[in-house]
Amino acid sequence: MTTTVERPATSGQAEPARRRRPKRSPLAKREDRAGWLFISPWVIGFLIFTAGPMIASLVLSFTDYQMIQAPHAVGLDNYRELFDDPRVLKSLSNTFVYAAMFVPLGTVFALALAMMLQRVGKAGGFFRTAFYLPEMTPAVAAAAMFLLLLNGQQGLINKVLGWFGINGPNWTADPNWLKPSLAIVSLWTVGGTVIIYLAALNGVPKQLYEAAELDGAGPVTRFFKITVPMISGALFFTVITHTIAAMQMFDQAYTMFYGPQQKATASDESLVYMVYLFQNAFQFFKMGFASAMAWLLFVIILLITFLQVRIGNRYVYYHGER
Amino acid sequence: MKHLRLPVVLAAGALALTACAGVGKKDAGGGSGDQSSAASTPTGSLKVMGFSGEDEVAQSRITAFKTAFPGVTVQNNKGDFDAQQFLTAVSSGNPPDVVYMARNLVGTYAAKGAIQPLDDCIKNAGIDTTQYREAALNEVKLKDKTYGIPEFYTVSTNLISETALKSAGVPVSDIQTADWDKLEATAKKLYTAKNGRPSRIGYDPKMPDFFPLWAMANGAELVKPGGEPNLNDPKAVEALQFTIKLINDQGGWSNFKTFRDTFDLFGAKNQFTKDQLAAFPIENWYVNVLRDSRANGLKLQSTPFTDRQGQPISTIGGSAWVIPKGAKNPNAACQWAKTLTSKETWHKAAEARMQTVAKDKSFFTGLFTGNKVADDEIKAQYLKPSGDAGFDAAIKNYYDVLDKAKSLNPSPAGAEIDAAWKSAVAKALGGSVTPQAALDQAQTEAKAAFDKASQG
Repeated sequence: MTTTVERPATSGQAEPARRRRPKRSPLAKREDRAGWLFISPWVIGFLIFTAGPMIASLVLSFTDYQMIQAPHAVGLDNYRELFDDPRVLKSLSNTFVYAAMFVPLGTVFALALAMMLQRVGKAGGFFRTAFYLPEMTPAVAAAAMFLLLLNGQQGLINKVLGWFGINGPNWTADPNWLKPSLAIVSLWTVGGTVIIYLAALNGVPKQLYEAAELDGAGPVTRFFKITVPMISGALFFTVITHTIAAMQMFDQAYTMFYGPQQKATASDESLVYMVYLFQNAFQFFKMGFASAMAWLLFVIILLITFLQVRIGNRYVYYHGER
Repeated sequence: MKHLRLPVVLAAGALALTACAGVGKKDAGGGSGDQSSAASTPTGSLKVMGFSGEDEVAQSRITAFKTAFPGVTVQNNKGDFDAQQFLTAVSSGNPPDVVYMARNLVGTYAAKGAIQPLDDCIKNAGIDTTQYREAALNEVKLKDKTYGIPEFYTVSTNLISETALKSAGVPVSDIQTADWDKLEATAKKLYTAKNGRPSRIGYDPKMPDFFPLWAMANGAELVKPGGEPNLNDPKAVEALQFTIKLINDQGGWSNFKTFRDTFDLFGAKNQFTKDQLAAFPIENWYVNVLRDSRANGLKLQSTPFTDRQGQPISTIGGSAWVIPKGAKNPNAACQWAKTLTSKETWHKAAEARMQTVAKDKSFFTGLFTGNKVADDEIKAQYLKPSGDAGFDAAIKNYYDVLDKAKSLNPSPAGAEIDAAWKSAVAKALGGSVTPQAALDQAQTEAKAAFDKASQG
């Protein structure tokens, strides 16, 4: 997607000292205006609903703001408190553990579903819709449903495990299994990723597989040597978005362990960062501190994303990139 | 790849921050609200928040208000109290006029200035505060100012499945909380397991949410009268140790909770009729739920929940009406709080309940409000023997403990104290720390929050 400007032939003559900016044609200007007009709803929405609150949040992070009285400046106190509050670290480590489970699990699960979908043939349309439907289900409803499915004694998941002789754990009661249970619940919404992978898989040229097959490559080799590299762009994109989403996990954790029905009596093992942030903002009236927490998360996500991009640059293949 | 970086960074930032981005204006607006005109007839619109108000008891009282004040248009935004919704409304200068919230939250919201003191409202509207239960009124006071008008009143007692007791040969009198060793032995006798998992819980101490009740039973006061936390009181630690022992005797926390989560508490086939539970302490509203389970074979029994000296005790729960800072129609809000909690209105609610009871061919299980005068009169007028001795015993136990029940003292750091003990109890139940260590940490956190709130 890089744009290159071809140099005009110089026929041995010296270039002018300062290159003039090419004059834009009236058509190009009209196209520019039309472009801005078309993206203006997004730009306006971004400024009002994203950039504005982000700036406000940054300002508030340096204040003691309890939502009722006017905020007053406290300098870096909120940021210092981030390091003094043990529950910040606990919630952050819980979130990392959850992300470390969900991101690979979600990627593999979605890819497996996409590969199966690719082979379904005529019924593909139905299954694509079926897999995408959970994306439309409210996260709260899905979490409530999974509380039943994951019940260690009567839940369907342990019953199925029981058919294979596996004595399933108490997913939602045993502190050691709370984060894995959250990761499982999150798999419910990989439908969007499945569709992305399916599109990427369909874009892999068939000749590559045919040539590899002629060369004697088996299915595993074809998968790792052709499929994975050819869809690495899609994989990379979803790994980044999954990571960001995992770091911001809230709905399911809150519904399953901290909502009114649970009376907020859950173990700290299920305390993910965004839930603790929400508690500080709306339960303890510490909006300034919550804003500082948000900015810490922002920086962490930024660093992780930066790292992912640096690593991804080495391995990701983009069609048409020179 | 270079083109991906900016969108990713922007997306990361947006996703991270929009969830909690700053809201609100520097000045919440609306001023402190004027209750000085509370004696005059209110008009205009009245925005109500946090009040679901679906059953006949709620509807009859709303009707009573509308009849008394036809000039007021009631806009009831149905749904339970939502802290985020409420705080956002107040900070944006567009608060509701009157809010229905749990009384244990009132201290925190009062300390933060989110709700108004109602002393002027009480004085000008002529609200007789002596009619309310002292414990309920104590919950809505902070620094000698009254911030709420008490509404319902919940207390707890032991409810028992007679069927479970008979099958284990345990007399009803053995379900008691004075002698903890004996209670543990009884629970063990009633407990049954199948394939290493509980199939019937003998006695459910209702942890973690009933921790304050167990602490109280052992003589601990989790919040001191001035609002200072006292979470690691040795008596509280002992109570937590005992309840954990009780749970460990019945499968351990993980199995115990997993099994308890399968209870269909509100279904006709509930934990009693399915013989999943022998006994537990629970609030008074639950008798009304259980009434319909008699058709499914429920044989209910009840004993009072007592302290270790054998005296019936209970923590109390319930809600209150509060007026937020900046309420546009505090006069109507004041009259609303007065009308919905007055003796006359509660009588209308009782009449409506009796009509429902007659229609359902059922029986009255009591109306438990923050208005003591109303409760006494309604009990005298409507409460009759139901013909079911177990239900009668349960209802009697609830009524008997009304005047003995106590609340946690209000505190400006009430929310933080609440969160601290809940987290501590959950950790101790999970076995990651000892009860002593968990409550020590909770005390440190809660004390820090209290000190900060007190300075503010």
